[in-house]
Amino acid sequence: MNRIDAVSKDYRSLNKMIRESEDDVAVDGALGQRFIAAGLEKNKIEITGTPGNALGAYLNGAEITVIGNAQDAVGDTMNEGKIIIHGNIGDAAGYAMRGGKIFVKGNAGYRAGIHMKEYKEKKPVMVIGGSCGSFLGEYQAGGVIIALGLGDEERDIVSNFPCMGMHGGKMFLRSECKNIVFPHNVVTSKADADDMAEIEEYISEFCEYFGFNKAEILNSYFTKIVPDSKNPYKQMYVAN
Amino acid sequence: MKLEGQIRIPSGCAISAVISKDGNRMNGEKIIESMKPMHDRSNGLGGGFAAYGIYPEHKEQYALHIFFDSISAREECEHLLRKSFEVVKDESIKTRTIPEITDEPIIRRYFVSPLNSVLTALQIDEKEYVVRIVTKINIELKGSYVFSCGKNMGAFKAVGFPEDVGRFYCLDEYEAYSWTAHGRYPTNTPGWWGGAHPFALLDYTIVHNGEISSYDANRRFIEMYGYKCTLQTDTEVITYIADYLLRRQKLTLEEMASVVAAPFWQTIDKKCPEERERLNYLRTVFSSLLVTGPFSIILGFEGGLMALNDRLKLRSMVVGEKDDKVYIASEEAAIRVMEPDAQNIYAPAGGEPVIVKVKEGKF
Repeated sequence: MNRIDAVSKDYRSLNKMIRESEDDVAVDGALGQRFIAAGLEKNKIEITGTPGNALGAYLNGAEITVIGNAQDAVGDTMNEGKIIIHGNIGDAAGYAMRGGKIFVKGNAGYRAGIHMKEYKEKKPVMVIGGSCGSFLGEYQAGGVIIALGLGDEERDIVSNFPCMGMHGGKMFLRSECKNIVFPHNVVTSKADADDMAEIEEYISEFCEYFGFNKAEILNSYFTKIVPDSKNPYKQMYVAN
Repeated sequence: MKLEGQIRIPSGCAISAVISKDGNRMNGEKIIESMKPMHDRSNGLGGGFAAYGIYPEHKEQYALHIFFDSISAREECEHLLRKSFEVVKDESIKTRTIPEITDEPIIRRYFVSPLNSVLTALQIDEKEYVVRIVTKINIELKGSYVFSCGKNMGAFKAVGFPEDVGRFYCLDEYEAYSWTAHGRYPTNTPGWWGGAHPFALLDYTIVHNGEISSYDANRRFIEMYGYKCTLQTDTEVITYIADYLLRRQKLTLEEMASVVAAPFWQTIDKKCPEERERLNYLRTVFSSLLVTGPFSIILGFEGGLMALNDRLKLRSMVVGEKDDKVYIASEEAAIRVMEPDAQNIYAPAGGEPVIVKVKEGKF
């Protein structure tokens, strides 16, 4: 494993060193450098400190682990690979993500999973351990978003306006969602046995990284949200 | 050079702040450092700082910071100042010559007190009087621009990257209990010295990341109350809104936040009856002061700070704390520069004001 001291390095030189490494990389003391591991296809990258915006943008197969928080736009447009955050993340994580997985131990900011999409075998997955800000899954077009609400059971698992413009994919929230107002373009239901079987592997992986009790989590009430595909544009543009 | 409004540059910004709740004074080194990891959020067309508690020896006087384009502009403005105020002290603002900052105007500082006889004759209070004179200078005197006019505080701004602007103004030599900072990436207009943030009126200062879609609606309303938006840059109007709502309408900071970042009607409908009534009232009475479009702002004032995001939260903002200090910035990295062990780092929700005040008697 190559160790890179990120202190006082700008994002260009830091990323160059990461890209040119033949081996896995440990980045120490990141502080706001953007685009870390952007487009990277191979190797594991472990980061301490606070990586900057667009961490793992266009990621294409590499695996990023952050021991700490990450800022905005984690995994922007990522295609393949994994991002594992042992902390909280900022806004717009997984923006237009089209493949790969993002696991977050803590909370997500606004607009997590905005415009996630899927095509054939390409199916992105995002698991958020804590709760999420407003506009979770805005314009979601594909993939799976799971929020677990672990940590602060008093707080709503998601803030205002989740699933606005959702027209594809699935969302699972570990909550009965009694206080949550969903838009008319989605349908909600209690996740059934088939649904739970579908998300089990993702929850297993989450628990493996962060050490939570899988059985306890799987044993909870999950709300499943999918788009109402009968007439997805009803009332959106014209009164039909 | 073309000024604001003569050119449009379609193209983020960086903001940062630190405040000591115990009123402990800090020099400007850390706030300058905090702007470095956010360097790429600015493009060198504007940087600035506001500092509170820096002039204790002159805390009874208004500190006017003024840019002059020429000696003649300065003479004309000083004539007006001497007619309007007792000028207790008149000095140039200390700057460092560095290659990164060029084309500086004449930059001077005046500690002034309004003349009691004039206040009595006009039957207005001294703050209102200062606002009127400053507005008059900024509108009528070509080549003079008052960019700071509060007591025991000051704004410092220039064209350049914020870290260079901080060095230019020797901010390491000032001691403040509260600092705010801004790095500019002008979205619609070119950078010029007056157009850099913070925008200041009395002790209110605003640093802003974003772009206000409601600018003209807000401007039309606020100009009915004697303010004049002279800079054609959106942030200026927020400063006047703060002055109008807080000083003139005597709203609380929370109420101001509920006006400029009013919740959606459907969000208001979900609140308890008292809260619903309060929010309804504010949204209705001050509907023209709803600020739409992306913004994260930090309002500085005597003895405190308020940070606020637009209700959709289209810009980032993070808050952290350690001991007596609270840190606010566009990015967590900026907070970590100021305090590596900052705790309780969180991102406030859109429209949720973060208000930090220095303990009574400590500033």
